[in-house]
Order: sequence, then C-alpha cells, then structure tokens
Amino acid sequence: MITPYAWMVPLVVVLPLVGAGLALAAARRTHVQRIISMTVLGAMLVLAGVLLWASDRLGPQVVHVGGWMPWEGIVLAVDRLSALMVIVSTTVTMGVLGYSIGQGRSSFDDESDGHSPLPVFHPTILVLAAGVTTTFVSGDLFHLYVGFEMLLAASFVLLTLGGTAERVRAGTTYVLVSLLSSMIFLIAISMVYAATGTINLALLAQRTGELPGGTVAVLHVMLLLGFAVKAAVFPMSGWLPDSYPTAPAPVTAVFAGLLTKVGVYAMIRTQTLLFPTTRFDDVLLWAALLTMVVGILGAIVQDDIKRMLSYTLVSHIGYMLFGIAVGSTVGLAAAIFYVIHHILIQTTLFLVTGLIERVGGSSDTGRLGDLARISPVVGVLFFVPAMNLAGIPPFTGFLGKVGLIQAGIDQGTWLTYVVVVGAVVTSLLTLYAVSRVWGRAFWSENPEGMTGQGPVRGGHHEALGLGVLFPTSALVAVTVALTFVAGPLYDITTRAAVDLMLREPYLQAVLGSGAGL
Amino acid sequence: MSVNLTTVVVACVLIGTGTYLFLSRSLVRALMGFLLMGNGVNLLFIVASGPAGAPPIVGESDEPMVDPVPQALVLTAIVITLGMTAFVLALAHRARQLSGRDLVDDDTESARIHARAEADLLDSPSARDVTEQIAAGGELPESRHHGDTESDGEVGTTWRDGIPERGGGGRPTGGPGTGGGR
Repeated sequence: MITPYAWMVPLVVVLPLVGAGLALAAARRTHVQRIISMTVLGAMLVLAGVLLWASDRLGPQVVHVGGWMPWEGIVLAVDRLSALMVIVSTTVTMGVLGYSIGQGRSSFDDESDGHSPLPVFHPTILVLAAGVTTTFVSGDLFHLYVGFEMLLAASFVLLTLGGTAERVRAGTTYVLVSLLSSMIFLIAISMVYAATGTINLALLAQRTGELPGGTVAVLHVMLLLGFAVKAAVFPMSGWLPDSYPTAPAPVTAVFAGLLTKVGVYAMIRTQTLLFPTTRFDDVLLWAALLTMVVGILGAIVQDDIKRMLSYTLVSHIGYMLFGIAVGSTVGLAAAIFYVIHHILIQTTLFLVTGLIERVGGSSDTGRLGDLARISPVVGVLFFVPAMNLAGIPPFTGFLGKVGLIQAGIDQGTWLTYVVVVGAVVTSLLTLYAVSRVWGRAFWSENPEGMTGQGPVRGGHHEALGLGVLFPTSALVAVTVALTFVAGPLYDITTRAAVDLMLREPYLQAVLGSGAGL
Repeated sequence: MSVNLTTVVVACVLIGTGTYLFLSRSLVRALMGFLLMGNGVNLLFIVASGPAGAPPIVGESDEPMVDPVPQALVLTAIVITLGMTAFVLALAHRARQLSGRDLVDDDTESARIHARAEADLLDSPSARDVTEQIAAGGELPESRHHGDTESDGEVGTTWRDGIPERGGGGRPTGGPGTGGGR
C-alpha cells in the first residue's frame, strides 16, 4: 500500500491544538488570535484536500503512531470518508469563525461588559476542531473516545459561554446527557476489549466474526446506544432542542453542523467495519422513521427559529440513519452525501438566523415581521438554504433524498417502503416548517416591539456589516455550488461506500498487505 | 478466561449506585453518580485485562506479565473524568450563584408550547387567557439579552406559577412540560 502522504494525517489534529495554544497565549491581542485561527483552519483545509485526493487515488493513508504496530499502539487512518468529513467540518468551522470575527469586538457576549471579546472563544473552537478531526482520522476505538471527550469538553465551554442563567440551564442538560453517552461508550469499549483483546478497528473487524452471536449483539447494542445519544436519534434526542438554541448564533451553528454528525460518522464506521451483518437493520429503520417524523412534528409547532431548526436537525438525522440501516452501497453512498449536505446546510441556516437576530432583534417569529422588505439580503440568504433543507430540486437536499429513497426502494422490503413514505412526508413537513417561518418572519406585518435595526449592545447599533454578511453568503454559495459538483461528489461518496462495504482496502492499509477477513 | 468475581460485583454496584445518583435533579448528586460510574467502568477495564500478573516491565520478572493496555486506557479515562468533574463542579457553582440552588430547571419554552397546545385543544376562553398570559411571559426571556441576569431565577418561577393557574380550564395541571415544578 502506498501512503506517501501519511505524514499529513497527524497534522490535521496537531495543527489546531498548537493553534489553540498559540491563540490562548495571544489572548490579549485580538488580531493575532484571528490570524492564527484562520491560518490554522486554512492549512487544515489544504491538508484535508490533499488527503482526499491521495486516499481516492492511492488508498487509505495510514500512520502507526510512535511506530507501534496496530495490536499495541494507536493507528490513524484516513480513507475517503474521513477526508471528506475533515474537509466539510473544517469548511463550516472556518465559516463560523469568519462570522464571529465579523461580529466585531462586542460580539460574543450580550452579558459581558461588551468591550472585550471572550479570549477563550478562538482557542476553544480550535480544540473543538481538533477533537472533531481526531474522531474522523482515528482507527482505534479508545482513541475515538478521546476525540469525543476533546470535542465535548470544548463544546461544554462554548455552550455555557458567559455563564448566564439560561445557558447554565441548557448547558446542564447537555453536559449530563453527554457524560452519560460517553459513559455508555466507555463501558462498550471495556466489553469489546474483554471479548476480543483489542480495540483497533481493523483488528476488531477480523475478530468480531469469530465471536459467538450473542456476544457480538451485546457489543453492537452498546456501541449503537452510545453513538445514538450523540447523534440525537429518537428516543435519545430530547436533549438537543433543549440545549442548542440558547447559545450564541455561531456556537449553535458549529454545534448543529458538527457534533451530531460525529455520532453519525462513528455509526457508519463501526456499522460497516465491525458489524457488517444485518442484525439490527430493522431496529435502525424504525429508529430512522421515528427520528424523522417525531423530529419534524416538533419543528412545526415552534415559534422560535432556532428551536425550529434544532428540531429539523434531529429530524434529518433520521435520513442519515436510514441510509446506514438500508445496508447497501447505494444507501451508504447517499447517507455520506447527505451528511456532507446536512453539515453545510444546518450551519448555514443557524448563521442566517444569527443575521435575522441582528436585524430583527429576536429569533422568535412572533416578534418578527416584514423582514423581506427590511432586509431583502437576509431574505435571500434564508430562502435558498431553507429550500435546500426541505429538498426542493435542484439543490443537494433533493439529490441526497432521491439517493436515499432509491436505496430504500432497491431494498424492497415493506419496512423500507414505509420509511421511504416517512422520508417523503418529512420532506414535505420540513417545507411546511420553513415556509411557516418565512410567512411569519418575512412576509407578515411588522409587529409592535420589533426594533427593526437590531438591538443596542455595547452602546452602538449593530447593523448588517460586511463582516457577518460575507461568511454567511460564502457558506450559502458553497451549499449552492455543491449542486453543480454533485455528480463528482456522488462518485466519490459511492467509491467511499464501496470500499467501506468491502472492508479489505481499509484492513490491508492498516494491517499490511495480505491481511484479509 | 475466568474473571475475578469480587471485581465484577464491585464494578456493578458502583455503576448501579452511580446510575441512581445520576438521575437526580441536583447537579452535585449527578456529579457524584458520574464519579461512581466512572470508577465502576475503570474496574471493568481491570476485569477485561484478564488475570493478575507481574508488573508489565520487560526484564523485571520471569512470571507472566499483566496486559498493560487496559492500564493505559484506565489512566487516560481517569484523567478525562478529572477534567469533566472540574467543569461540572464549576457549572454547579455557577448555577448556585445564579439561583441559589444547583437543580436542573425545566425548559420553559417547551412548557409554553405545551400549554398553548392544551389551550387550543380545550378551546375554552379561560384557556386562551392563560395562553396569552404565558405569551406575555414569553417576553421575559428576551430581557436576558439586555443584561439583568439577576432576575432570571424569578422568570422561571413566574412561568411555573403562571401555568398552574390554567386549572380554571377544568383540567388538572401536569404533563411533561409542567410536571417538574418543585
């Protein structure tokens, strides 16, 4: 196996960590901090691009950390799926950081004195990015757990930024649920080690096949449970709409884009590599159906845009789960495509909601109105990704859903047909939910009490500056541009899915040529 | 592989009691539960490492060594638990600063939407009044954006007090959104 670009793999984790340290050291110099963070993220993007090219052409790029062999040490492995995820996550982190920089000095905190931006914000975002990429490049179950904990610790800080009562309340729920899911994951790891004597994913792929069926089923359930809480799969999804909406717009945006998808990624990885059987596919299909339908029913009654978006976030996790549960190459390719689409679209929508808050002074549709006339720019920026989310052609939301429905129909069991119907209904209800927001916030009459030019913070009016408009428009442009490169992208996700289903390319890259099942 | 029964039982007891404490509304109790669970899981790793043996240092002893990998994992897990504990303690302290207690509060927006749905269902004038009343209460959280964190504890109380008054609609209060009042 040729892995000439393997030296780049650790860098996507090391760079943001070093950047976080430097940014913390430069806490008093806002400009230096901004330059450091953006440089680091830019470098990560380049590295991830090269890694995607290399893993697509030359096969997975693997590093044996410290020179230890897989059965003793940690392995980092980047295949197409990992590289794609790193690219997309770095893109949205960059967009969000750009937005927060554009917000200016008085940004992040309503409740702080309004003069100093919180110096911990940039370092924490970088640690979050490091945690997220760690989970994507890791080839070891415990290392995956460490990556989870890194991003969780960073997300705890971000969610409770400023320490106001509302955020502490939301943060408490989030922290406790996250700790519990980590605990389940940790118990699962100890069980996996007891049963197989290894926690390396490639070795596990070889060994789980030799275990008794009951043992594998227990390991499978435990791992799925841990990841399902993180991915907000119904019925473990109640924490998400409760905790996300209170954080500042950029924080919610980055959370919505990345954190649940990390859970989905971990599911895809373990489901394909460790448990290639169809044991729990029916259970997962039911979970997918319920996640979609219950999530979207929650979304349509919400008054607050952020809460509505949080519920759609839960709901659309169901689509990805559906792709995984179908268990075919087509389904997996569509699921990966949908993950990419959804990371970008959900982050963009939350950022646009941030813009709405800046213009209208609130994200509650009962207190907004006539935004289409007040700020047509925000109208366009909201409308395009909202239609994309609902799955209107020709956007990627439509393409991803078509792929998933195709996979469901190919499978042809009555349950997949039911889920397909659920997927279509959910798509329509998503359209209803976003058009309800559109009608109330953009087209209705201006209610009393709406300030119209944004709240006064730190002694001056915040208008729609280029600093916040540009990153948001850039992300909207990326989501639209994805439509134009959807063909090649679908080809890559299909190749990724084929290799994931085969398992051999990954095993041979990690364990050396000749390794089989 | 035969396992050490005492270790397994202790691990189970720790995880079980930890889970019980974790269900508490008090943040500090939940933290204690988390710590107990964490220690229980660490013991599980010890169980997973197999039989006891010589320290895993090459050349120290002729006896068979213990498996060193779970020990490394446990060390890592302990460090992570320490960090998380520090954060949760800080959070509990902040919650106590803000509201004088460290209990997990209900999500008031959910309660409001739940009450609105019930009011629609009953379609009684008094229920409509309550909805408006809660909607008026809905203005309050916005004031948080303009500073004044001191009154936040009061806001929650007002809402919880506001919802039970809907008893005039002829239904007992309760339900998922409102049942958490203490």
